[in-house]
Amino acid sequence: MSAPAPRLGRAFLALLRRDLLLTYRHRAEAVNPLFFFVLVVTLFPLGVGADAKLLHAMGPGVVWVAALLAAMLSLDGIFRSDFEDGTLEQLALSAHPLSVLVLAKVIAHWLVTGLPLLLMAPLLGILLSLSGAQTGVLMATLALGTPVLSLVGAIGVALTVGLRRGGVLLSLLVLPLYVPVLIFASNAVQAAGSGLPVSGQLFMLGALLVLALVLTPWPTAAALRISLG
Amino acid sequence: MMNFLHRLASPPHFYRISGRLLPWLGAAFALLLVAGLVGGLYLAPPDYQQGDSFRIMYIHVPSAWMSLFIYMVMAGAGLIVLVWRIKLAELVAVHSAPIGASFTFLALVTGSLWGKPMWGTWWVWDARLTSELILLFLYLGVIGLYNAIEDKRAAARAVAILALVGVVNIPIIHYSVVWWNTLHQGPTVTRFDKPAIATSMLIPLLIMALAFNLYYFIALLMRLRLALLEREAGARWVANLLAEEEA
Repeated sequence: MSAPAPRLGRAFLALLRRDLLLTYRHRAEAVNPLFFFVLVVTLFPLGVGADAKLLHAMGPGVVWVAALLAAMLSLDGIFRSDFEDGTLEQLALSAHPLSVLVLAKVIAHWLVTGLPLLLMAPLLGILLSLSGAQTGVLMATLALGTPVLSLVGAIGVALTVGLRRGGVLLSLLVLPLYVPVLIFASNAVQAAGSGLPVSGQLFMLGALLVLALVLTPWPTAAALRISLG
Repeated sequence: MMNFLHRLASPPHFYRISGRLLPWLGAAFALLLVAGLVGGLYLAPPDYQQGDSFRIMYIHVPSAWMSLFIYMVMAGAGLIVLVWRIKLAELVAVHSAPIGASFTFLALVTGSLWGKPMWGTWWVWDARLTSELILLFLYLGVIGLYNAIEDKRAAARAVAILALVGVVNIPIIHYSVVWWNTLHQGPTVTRFDKPAIATSMLIPLLIMALAFNLYYFIALLMRLRLALLEREAGARWVANLLAEEEA
């Protein structure tokens, strides 16, 4: 029963490494949400017109809404294949707390889906005529905000992973919970555009991140146990 | 105390007690509703600024209160489900959601109806309206999740988790929306300091709130009774009950 700390740490790292390796072996799938992110942002100027002033005003919101949707699309991959091939059951049966193992999977997921969005941000900044300072703030908000999306989204995935058509339901469960991140992040980028201080918004995002990091693994693990039956 | 609760939670016992309670609750609800409506629509004086259109408040405000209250009940029942696995609490959590969603919807519709003459538009991105809308989405998510999972006991536990996650998020969502709203739009009609409400207007409001609470309780009891009959269709007490009814 007793699981000494180093062994848990090793299990955590092993799982992290495994998930990263699996994604690396399926590179083509991993880049799709990224293309989706850029594509959605591209659609907005086509839809509302290419007026630089308009784009400048809408840009922060557009990037963040696109980031929410891209995160949503890739969420399902956190647990789906492991659920289908039974790996998840093995994880649930292991001596280590499921919540910690889940956290490793979520972190791996963020590294392959959230982090690329962050690296893509400067390109989108150019597309939406954001200033240099704004792009910097955009990257900061993405760095703080997208892990929250993965962490909170994991609860929704864990609840719906047993369902054959969980996709739409997942968005209904998860998107309302994303509202605070969207508000603080896009507002920070907007404020940066007017030359206002953004530390308040960034602190709030940081607080949300810490809160999500500490609290979400438990409901995720509990929901997985329900889905596993 | 725990013993009493356990007995209450046993389906046949609950069915019997709730059956005896319902007529009384119904009578109390009818009485309060009539008193609240007469007080609110007839006795209370018209508002000096809003005239008679403020009277929609007697439906709107209790609905908005109930929409939050029912979510709290749902989360509380969810906690009981996860900790003690009481069947009755599962049913409370699950069957509160549609009632709560209805109250949320009612609050949104009445707010919009009031907004048309007062603000000149059906919808304003006011902080409270917006968080009420998001609350409606949270309810719809709970209902959708319950309907999607085949095994209803697992579904109830999934709902319990979602309700608890939601209850932690509601204050965060609410205050982020308030903050967003104050940054986006300056003081408008929606933000003026309302004068403290007159007693003759307040009393009907409180009576209506009580009536709405009772309505929720009655609707929930009726849903629970039906759900118990469905779930325990094969149990002996249901068979006995049916035999009694036929006799």
